[in-house]
This record gives sequence, C-alpha cells and structure tokens, in this order.
Amino acid sequence: MKAIIAATLLGVIMMFTGLFVKDKKQVVSVAIIAFLALLGITVWEVAEASATAPAMLFNNMLRIDSYALWFNMMMAGCTFLYVLLMGKDVMRVGNHVAEYFALILFILCGIFLLTGYNNLLMLFLGIEIMSIPQYILAGADRRNLKSNEASLKYFLMGAFTTGLLLMGITLLYGATGSFYITDFTFLRTESLNPLALAGILFILVSFAFKVSAVPVHMWTPDVYDGSPTAFTAFMSTIVKAGAFVGFLRLFHIAFGSLSEHWMMIVALITAATLLVGNVTAVFQQSVKRMLAYSSIAQAGFMLFAIAAVNASAWQGMIIYGVAYSLATIGMFSVLIKLKDYTYDGFNGLAKKQPALAFFTTIFLLSLAGIPLTGGFMAKYFVLNAAVQQGDMLWLVIFALLMAAISVYYYFRVIIAMYFKQGEAEMAVEVNSSDKILLGITCALVILLGAAPHLFLGSI
Amino acid sequence: MILILLILIPLVAGIISMFAKGAAKGIALFSSLATLAVAILISTDIHSGAQISWSMPWIPTLGSEISLLADGMSAMLCLLVGIVMPVIFITNSDKEVENQGSFYGLMLLSQAGITGVFLASDALLFYFFWELALVPVYFLCSIWGGEKRIAVTFKFFVYTFVGSVMLLAALIYLSLQNPGGNSFAWNNIVRAGASLPADQQQWLFWLIFIAFAIKMPMFPFHTWQPDTYEQSPTPVTIILSALMVKMGVFGVVRWLLPVVPEAVAFWSDTVITLSVIGIVYASLLAIVQTDLKRLVAYSSIAHMGLMSATAFSDTNVGMHGLMVQMFNHGINIAGMWVIISMVEQRWGTRNMKELGGMASTAPLMTIALVVIALANIALPLTNGFVGEFMLFNGLFVSGSQYHIVFMVIAGLGIILGAVYTLNMVQRTAYGETVAMKTGGDLAASEYIGLAIIIGLIILLGVYPAPLLQLTAGVSGLMMP
Repeated sequence: MKAIIAATLLGVIMMFTGLFVKDKKQVVSVAIIAFLALLGITVWEVAEASATAPAMLFNNMLRIDSYALWFNMMMAGCTFLYVLLMGKDVMRVGNHVAEYFALILFILCGIFLLTGYNNLLMLFLGIEIMSIPQYILAGADRRNLKSNEASLKYFLMGAFTTGLLLMGITLLYGATGSFYITDFTFLRTESLNPLALAGILFILVSFAFKVSAVPVHMWTPDVYDGSPTAFTAFMSTIVKAGAFVGFLRLFHIAFGSLSEHWMMIVALITAATLLVGNVTAVFQQSVKRMLAYSSIAQAGFMLFAIAAVNASAWQGMIIYGVAYSLATIGMFSVLIKLKDYTYDGFNGLAKKQPALAFFTTIFLLSLAGIPLTGGFMAKYFVLNAAVQQGDMLWLVIFALLMAAISVYYYFRVIIAMYFKQGEAEMAVEVNSSDKILLGITCALVILLGAAPHLFLGSI
Repeated sequence: MILILLILIPLVAGIISMFAKGAAKGIALFSSLATLAVAILISTDIHSGAQISWSMPWIPTLGSEISLLADGMSAMLCLLVGIVMPVIFITNSDKEVENQGSFYGLMLLSQAGITGVFLASDALLFYFFWELALVPVYFLCSIWGGEKRIAVTFKFFVYTFVGSVMLLAALIYLSLQNPGGNSFAWNNIVRAGASLPADQQQWLFWLIFIAFAIKMPMFPFHTWQPDTYEQSPTPVTIILSALMVKMGVFGVVRWLLPVVPEAVAFWSDTVITLSVIGIVYASLLAIVQTDLKRLVAYSSIAHMGLMSATAFSDTNVGMHGLMVQMFNHGINIAGMWVIISMVEQRWGTRNMKELGGMASTAPLMTIALVVIALANIALPLTNGFVGEFMLFNGLFVSGSQYHIVFMVIAGLGIILGAVYTLNMVQRTAYGETVAMKTGGDLAASEYIGLAIIIGLIILLGVYPAPLLQLTAGVSGLMMP
C-alpha cells in the first residue's frame, strides 16, 4: 500500500522536477534519490508486515500479502540498480529526462498493483498503468523512425490485447457474477460454464502477449530493437517480471483448481515459446535483437512457473525474475556503451576493457544457466516446480535441450570478446563508477547462484 | 574439514594468480604441491572401507548441503589430481605462456572443480562442480589452443553441456522422490532411485548415462574428443585426458550404478557392447593416424572403452581393477602428452612422417617414451599391466552370457594397442634421423616431471599393494 502511494507521488514529484531543474545531471541525481526512497519504503513495508494476515484494502480489492511485498522490494531494488547503472544513458535519450523517470515510477506503481490485486478491475488498472507509460518510453527517441515504429506497433498490439483482457474479464463476470478472484468458487463444480472457460482463454492470450509468449510474441523483437536501449533494458526485464507475477496470481489463485483445463495449453505455449525464442535467436546478427529473442526464450522458462501449480513455482518466479533482470540489465548496460551493436562490435573487448568483458561473461553465463550464477538457480527452481507437478517431464527435458541451444548464441558474444581480434569501439567513456556498479551487479548474480535462499526471505 | 582444503587451496590460489601476473607460475606450483600433501594425508587415513566426511548447510530450501565424502575411490582420484597437477606445472615451468596469470589461474580453478566432483556427496553440489570444471577448461582451450580452437572447443562445450542438462533433469527428478521432502544427499538419491519401478529407472538411466558417456568419452559419443585434444595446449590436454575423463567413470560408479540398479542390470550388455566396439574402432583409427596427438587421443578412447565395459561387469575384481586403472591411465597418459609436447617443441611437428631417430638425438627422451609406451600397452612390470589384468579378469567372471565374446573382442583391442603404440615408438625413436630444430635432450624441469611419472609406472607395476589397499573398500560400497 505504502509502495503504491509512494510510487505515484514520487512520479508526480519527478514530473515537477522537470519544470524546475533544468540541468539533466541534477535530474538524474533527483531520480536516484527518488528510487532509493521507493526502495526504502518497500523494505520498510516488508519489515513491518505480518506474515499471516495479508492487508486487505479498498473493499478487499487489493490483497497485499508477504509475497507481494517481498516481490515489490526485489523489483524496487532491481529498478534502483537499473537507474544507477543506466541513469546517464536515460539522460542521453532526449530532452525530457524527468518525465522518463516519472514514467518509470508509474510503471512500478502498475507493477505493485499487479502483485497485489484481488479484483479483476485492479488487475486491469495495473496492466494499463504498467503499459501506457511503456508506449511512450518506446517512442522516446522521437527523431528515430524505428523508435516511432516500435511505439506505434506496441501501442496498437497492446490496445488490441487489452481489449481481449477486458472481454475475458467480462465473460468471467458473466459466468461468476463477481470480479473478486477469490470468489470464483462455482468453478469448482463438475459442470463448467463455457463462458468462464472462454474468459480464461481470452485472459491467457492477453497475458501471453504481455510476457511475449509465442504465438503473440511478434511485437517483441521490433519493439525491443526499436526502443532506446536504455528503456529496452527496463521493459524487457522488470516489467516482464511484474507482468508474470500478475499472470501467476490469477492463474494459481483464481484458476488453480481448474488447472487441468488450461495446463496443457500453457505447456504447449511454453514449448513453442522456448523453441521459437531460442532457435530464432541463433540467427540474429545484432546483439540487441538477440537479447530480444533471448527475452522470449527466457519467458519460456518463466512460463514453467505458470504451468506448475505449486509453492515452488512461486519461489521460482521471484528467483527467475531477479536473476533474469539482473543479468539482462547488466548486459544492456554494457551493450549501450558500445558503438556497434552487432557481434562484431564486441570483437576484442577483452583486450580493451578486461573488466567489462569479464562482467559481460558472468551475465551471459547466468543467462545461459551455468551453475554458480543466478540463472542456473532460476532455471533450477522453475524446472523443479514442473517436475514436482508431474506429467511435464517431456517439457522439462525439451527446455533443457533448448537451454543447450541458448549456449550457442550467448557464447558467440564471449567468443567475440575473448577470442576474436578487433577494436571494440566504445560510444561512451567507461569510468570506474560504472565498473564498480557492474561489479556489484555481478556479485549479486553470483550470490543468487550460490545462496538463492537469501533472496527468498520467508517465502 | 581437511577435505574442503583440497578444493579451497586451488580455488583461492587460482583467484590470486589471476591478478599476480609474474608470480602465477610459482603460486600454481606451490598450491599444487600443497594439495598433493593434503591428498597424501587423506589417503593415509583411509584404509579399506574407511571414509572421511564433512558437511555444512547450504541451501535448506532445496534440501541441499555442502557435504564432502572421501572414500577409497575419491581419495585415489584426489591423489591422482594431486600428482598430475604438479607434474604439469613442473614440466611447464621453463616455458613461457602468454598472459600467464589468467592461464595458471584458470588451470587451478579447473583443478578445484574436478576435485569437487570427486568429493561431493550431494547431488546438486556434484552438478555444480561438474559444470565448474568445464567452464575454465573451455576458456583455456579457446584462448591458448591451436588454429581451429574456437570451433572445436565450442563443439566440446555444447556437447558436454547437453549431457549435463540431461543429468540435471534426472537429478531433479530423483531429489523429489525422497519421502521426507527434497533431498540431494547421496544416500537419499540412491534410496530414491533404487526404490523406483524398473520402467522409470530405464529412462533415468539414459538421462544420467549420456552425460557420463560424453565425458568419458564412450563410443558413439566420442566425436568431440580427438579434435579437442589436438587443439588444446598440452597442459590442458593433460587435464582433459588424465583428470576430466575420470569424472565420467567416477560419475558412473558413484552416481549411476547404485542409483538405478535394475536399469543397469538391464542395459549393461548394451553398454559393454558399445564399449568393446569403441575399443576396436578407436584402436583401428589410432593405427592410421600420423599426428601424435590424435593417435594418443584415439588410444585413450580405447582405454576408456575397456574401463567402461568393466564398470558394467558387476564384479568385485573388475570394480577394483577399474579403480587401479583409473589411476594408472591418468599417470600414463599425462606422461605421454608431456613427451609429445616436447617432441613438438623440438622438431616443430607432431607428424610421425617427419620424425625419426630420436634415439640418437635425444636418448633420455627415448627411454621415457619407451617406458610410457610399454605401460600404455600394459606390459608386465608396468602399472598398466596390473590394472588391465584386473579389468579383463572382471570382464571374464562377469555374469553376462556374452562375457567370452566381450573378452575376445576387448583382447583384440590390446593387440591393436600394441600395434599402434609400438609403431609410434618405431617411427619417432628409430629410423632415419631428423635433426632437432631447437633445444636438446631433456631439460631439468622435464627430467623431474618425467622421473616422477616413470617412477610411479614402475613402482606401481612392481608393487601395486598401496593402490590396491587404498581402493579395496570401494567395490563393496558401491554395489550394495
């Protein structure tokens, strides 16, 4: 609750900062303070929350439990790290720096709603608050045609799936007479209302769009490639994790008892997402586009947490969200410092910037899921949940084979950095504070791989 | 507590050497000697059947802890690591390596990973080390390897990674079968696996086995091996062939045979058949090689074939022989690579057609080559004889109805082994003399390294009792 209000207020304050503070560097400093304050508030909320009784707010429309608080804290932490790492890059995107940060704060507010909704209206509000600022951020680089294309494409497709979501909610309301996700008791009877099933399907499709799952993933590469890199880093990580938790809440809490009706569909979507994401990523020449497809592939793994209805899946979602966000944000913050976004742009980076190359290697190993990195533990948790669920071993083995394919495209970057000759040209100076921050991110990735329970708290 | 030292010493020394450019060589040698001392200390504590174990909590949520266990097999393999690493560092001590801090650092990190594999008695920890051993080796081969290194080592990495993920799937499944909640402890994995119905054991068997078969490597999963051995720098080739392939055999003995016993009984004939095919196939290929490195690479596949066949023979003597031969093979092949790298340095080629007359230009080197070659074909009085004799004995007394056929075909491999090994000795040591390009006979550091290896070959050939005693308890433990 405090976090939702704080994110909104800080967002408004941030917007006004733009009016009074003209120096961009100072705006970034204010933003850093704002995000630190938000992180502090989420930590405070976790500290004072009681584990047993979740807070019920606004006529029970929000149900903020300890899981939601913990996840909010993790996401606020990742965003703080993101702002530290890429604040300067956000500054270079355009003239409205304060607004960009304000929009990011609003997105976080949407995510906080998504982690704590108990009512489908709140779900809808959360999704929209999260999405609309993204359409603006995608088009932030106004003079760039690709950025405009990304924004328009994202908006049109997003609006369409929002329609689907509303349709789904309407059908569910028609079937149950309620918007409260904990009230869908009638669904547990033998005779299922076809209205409800159709509603679930509609909602499934719209969520699949938000998390860029196949077959509604088409927007992802263009939007992620076209948007300014600084915002791609945010949209493809923290926003995706937030959307996934919204997905998880609805399908486990509200539709968990119906899992036999939708589990197969989710499993097939998972398999298709893994296949398309990984195989297409192999053929990319641009690292930024490869990361876009890799984000589809990683979404495939996160879908395991949806498909497996058990407690491990909830844990896995946190670990995966954090591990994937840290490594991808780290990757993007290295990428943005390079002039050339193709694989060749990385040639010889190890000679020129050994520290940067080393950190990139750790991030890539994590994305590929090599032990002792967060990525391994993330994959482990979600696959563990799937094996516990039973009947999904084929999917687990398929996913692991796909992980082996992912080694191909992640390692191409490592090969370029270490084993190829070249002059990796930097677009911006790399100073020691960048290196320290990347080092911290790297340390967190390894800590997550060595002691994941620290990131789970009491969950 | 002493067990964790075996992993910590190379780990810490490895990280230090990464930053200690000039001193890296000294740090590496010193730390490897320190681990050798610890390994010897541990080995003396382990008499037949005795064990040392140590554990601390790690990830309670997953039912996994950092638990290490040294029985005869682990201690023997740690001893092998402890001997081979100093030999590598000693023979390499007067050679210059580019970027030497990272080189020795990565070598030590891979040592830590390999030792961890041999000591872990928690499945998740085992998997961690299994992969950790691989990553430094990947970088070692790709940075310091030969011309085609990038493509070759990439193939190697992807190949073994595919195997590893299969293993991971099986381990996750097994860890969930424990009645009291998730557990990765070796005991619980074994209990869980053995209590599963036969049809589930069948597919678990293949998931686990493929990972180990790729690592060994066993026919038909061996295709990465000759290229990788050829392209890697010699110190890394030694790590790969003397130590890392043992991870595969070790994995079979500790994490496959006791875990899915019914499936092992069902598939053992298939595996032994593949193994003996591998022996003959690799030996035939070894005969036609002209490159020394490739020849030894194929010869290694043949030797590993005999080991994997006997690992599935389900006999005590075979299992005991396997332990002995794992050690001996590691020593012998390390010696072989040391000599080949010396040949390459001095003559600038590994092609046997362009070599000859080493006996007159470098007599000491020739003596070493002949002794190691004889050990390679298991002549009596060399260590290879003791191991291979026991392996054949095990294969012969095994319960399989085809045991005679297996014996005969595997025996054919031994004869072929003599053909290519002696042929190699003849073509390099005798015949028309080709003048050396640089250097002379053994340098002091090489002399010491080879003396250690030859000393062990003869000592263990004449008096194998210490090795036999150390590993005596293993077969009983592993086949409940």
